[in-house]
Amino acid sequence: MEHYLSLAVRAIFVENMALAFFLGMCSFLAVSKSVDTALGLGLAVIVVQAITVPLNNLLHHHLLEQGALAWISPALAGYDLTFLGFLTYIGTIAAAVQIVEMTLDRYAPGLYTTLGIFLPLIAVNCAILGGSLFMVERAYTLAESAVFGFASGLGWALAIVALAAIRERMRYSNVPDGLRGLGITFIITGLMAVGFMAFAGIRL
Amino acid sequence: MAKPRDVLLDPLFNNNPIALQVLGICSALAVTTRMETALVMSAAVVFVTTLSNVFVSTIRNLIPTNVRIIVQLTIIASLVIVVDQFLKAFLFDVSRQLSVFVGLIITNCIVMGRAEAFAMQNGPGLSAADGLGNGLGYGLLLLVVGAFREVFGSGTFFGQTVLQPVAEGGWYTPNGLMVLAPGAFFLIGLIIWALRTWKPEQVEPTEG
Repeated sequence: MEHYLSLAVRAIFVENMALAFFLGMCSFLAVSKSVDTALGLGLAVIVVQAITVPLNNLLHHHLLEQGALAWISPALAGYDLTFLGFLTYIGTIAAAVQIVEMTLDRYAPGLYTTLGIFLPLIAVNCAILGGSLFMVERAYTLAESAVFGFASGLGWALAIVALAAIRERMRYSNVPDGLRGLGITFIITGLMAVGFMAFAGIRL
Repeated sequence: MAKPRDVLLDPLFNNNPIALQVLGICSALAVTTRMETALVMSAAVVFVTTLSNVFVSTIRNLIPTNVRIIVQLTIIASLVIVVDQFLKAFLFDVSRQLSVFVGLIITNCIVMGRAEAFAMQNGPGLSAADGLGNGLGYGLLLLVVGAFREVFGSGTFFGQTVLQPVAEGGWYTPNGLMVLAPGAFFLIGLIIWALRTWKPEQVEPTEG
């Protein structure tokens, strides 16, 4: 239990997807103008991340890894399909996003109208694919990848909501012409990253 | 009709994918701690954007609009697999350092963005020029950031010592911030500032 807790804390704070690995930056910078939309996108990322990382974990262990096909027939045990990884993961993500979108549309129309416009964006959000690739690289088990998926999504959502809140305040500040908009957003994100680095010393 | 020359050269300064279009920043920051990785990454992205633009543009009239994103992603993912296998075979050390970021070219917004915004409407030749231009614009910024971070962060350039660090008996104290994540954010912010001072038409209107 403690192991999972420390994994989650690390994924949320110390190895924050957005601020430590720069993942999902495009939407991070583009959709952080107001807290409401940032919250919507953040929630969508958490949901999709929590679904796709464990799913890709299953696919990796039962289809792609060397010897993973042995459960079909022993003759297939020698195959190593890891080179198909990227294609499989992105396919899973695109499909999962599509399914989440349809399910929400059918059963939770309110949530769908909030999250709807963000879901297509998520298929190409690097944080999602990055989550799956980190899961493979760090050889997480199924339970670990479920925790990691949820926590890394949460960390990303936290970062974008915080940035959006700061940017809402920034509207009243007098920023030099050339820095206005994108430039100052980068500087703010840099300062936030410095802040998040303070978590690096945490030992769990 | 856009001229191929403009299509090719515009993305370098006038419409830079990172500094103005806000595309493909994810990988731009992570791989720029050293020149070598930045250069390999730029080459990989130039290759993928150019070819994906050509392929998407070639079959643009056959792709049903509903599934176009998945079709584009499949084309891009296949190209990235080629790059990844190539790097693993011939440049294994660099491939290890780039770790997941080679795979993340798939979701690099430049590739998707250009396929969606340009290649779906234009012929293969012009799309190739657009892909090449955007790839180069991305690469240019990557190399500038990489140069700053490597020279000031560790006193080397392509692994060759330029500023002798104190630890090796020299005079230069490496600036640790440059190698860390926040350094990259500050640098890109400042580069954007410089670029927009040079080309004032890129300045954004005041918000709200």
